[in-house]
Amino acid sequence: MPDRALYTPHHPRWLRHRVSTWWWLGRWSYFAFILRELSSIFIAWFVVFLLLLVRAIGAGDMAYRQFLDWSGRPLVLVVNVVTLLFVLLHAVTWFNLAPKAMVVHVGSKRLPGALIAIANYGAWVVVTGGIAWLLLGGTNG
Amino acid sequence: MVRRGGEPILWLMFSAGGVLAALVLPILVLLFGVAFPLQWLAAPDWPHVLGLVRHPLTRAALFVVVALSLVHSAHRFRYTLYDGLQVKHLDELINAFCYGGAVVGSLWAAWVLW
Amino acid sequence: MADRITMEVARYRPEADDAATFERYEVPCGPEWVVLDGLNYVKDRLDGTLSYRWSCRMGICGSCGMTVNGEPRLTCATFLSDYAPGPVRVEPLGNFPVVRDLVVEISDFLEKLGKVKPWLVRRDERPLSEGEYRQTPDELEEYKQFSMCINCMLCYAACPIYGLDPTFIGPAAIALAQRYNLDSRDQGADERLEVLSEHEGIWGCTFVGECTTVCPKHVDPAGAIQRYKLTAALASLKSLVLPRGAGKEEAARNA
Repeated sequence: MPDRALYTPHHPRWLRHRVSTWWWLGRWSYFAFILRELSSIFIAWFVVFLLLLVRAIGAGDMAYRQFLDWSGRPLVLVVNVVTLLFVLLHAVTWFNLAPKAMVVHVGSKRLPGALIAIANYGAWVVVTGGIAWLLLGGTNG
Repeated sequence: MVRRGGEPILWLMFSAGGVLAALVLPILVLLFGVAFPLQWLAAPDWPHVLGLVRHPLTRAALFVVVALSLVHSAHRFRYTLYDGLQVKHLDELINAFCYGGAVVGSLWAAWVLW
Repeated sequence: MADRITMEVARYRPEADDAATFERYEVPCGPEWVVLDGLNYVKDRLDGTLSYRWSCRMGICGSCGMTVNGEPRLTCATFLSDYAPGPVRVEPLGNFPVVRDLVVEISDFLEKLGKVKPWLVRRDERPLSEGEYRQTPDELEEYKQFSMCINCMLCYAACPIYGLDPTFIGPAAIALAQRYNLDSRDQGADERLEVLSEHEGIWGCTFVGECTTVCPKHVDPAGAIQRYKLTAALASLKSLVLPRGAGKEEAARNA
């Protein structure tokens, strides 16, 4: 008997199951996880959209108007509605999970995770409000 | 192949990008992706947005949000490819595609913004 | 009220089979019978050739982890009546090679556990004359949750990353490393950092979170891992900026 059992990946008589490509359909939690990860595609898409918007703004009033019209076309609209859902999924799962990584101590006591999450949501409200104000009212010309 | 030292930095950028994307993108998607095109709200007129975008702070903020969001997406998508499609053996290709894409996107952002 | 239930139990005999098969056994379903009771009934009365691991039958030894109706469970803590009218499907714990019937090969986990040095590491041993290492209740709270791990490996069965890549060090090993990193008596955070910051260490984890969901002792390995990612990343950053690596343990304890 070896004094330390060695892990031999290819023992001839052990039964090993190969993980199916569809493993993520096996449980609801796995599926929800993959959805969350796929939000990365929509974030990348919206970054591109944002840059196209900035470029249009820089190109002049006409270009800006044309961009707004283009963003109203059915295909673009549908993609952006889906993007909104995924971006919200990202934000909510992110803020809910942030306390796990960010452990804050006050003195020798640990702050409850819920507090960290609430602080994150609070920041979200402030930033959202700030951006909306800048765009919709704010420093009007 | 990502150096051992690379992962921690990538993860920090992924996290920063995740935070920024979570804070900033939802309202932007809501407004420019849905509300303005559907005319639920009046889109700001061109002089107004031009003034906003031109401001050096806006440019800097936009660049940071764009660049880090792209790194965030790249990092997450890379792992989704590893785990979802089980193509970890193609990791050099995947890394080049994902992070390369993020770099290209950031360069384009810099060009657009400045 | 059903007082019998059918168990569909996976069988695999390496000397004769190439794949797993299922055999059905009808067992009594007493009011507080657990799946393990059913298996013991099978072995005692119906089929003595059935092989499986168990010991304390009270949820503390971590031996009896198996897949029950697709979920990783401790069979001593899973009531048969919850599955009435049945059948209940009992299979070996997922993501591990099967040696025989319901027995899985766990050396991989044991090797990884050893790698993270799950014991108090001291650079400087204090002499006995200085007395014991003392700890405040707050210091105990820091790591207590992670010390509840019973090495049952349900988290490994639940983790899709471990299933896809068996070189991944896995939830319990990282949680146990954290149990010691966060212990005020320990000085070994540096040594564990080496092992854990390899690519198959913490960086393989994508925070699926299933490990925490299935843990019978509420250890929350997912939380331990995310917290450690931040610690390790900041330590990496610090060592880039300050090559002398100042205060890693301090950072590990405060993160």
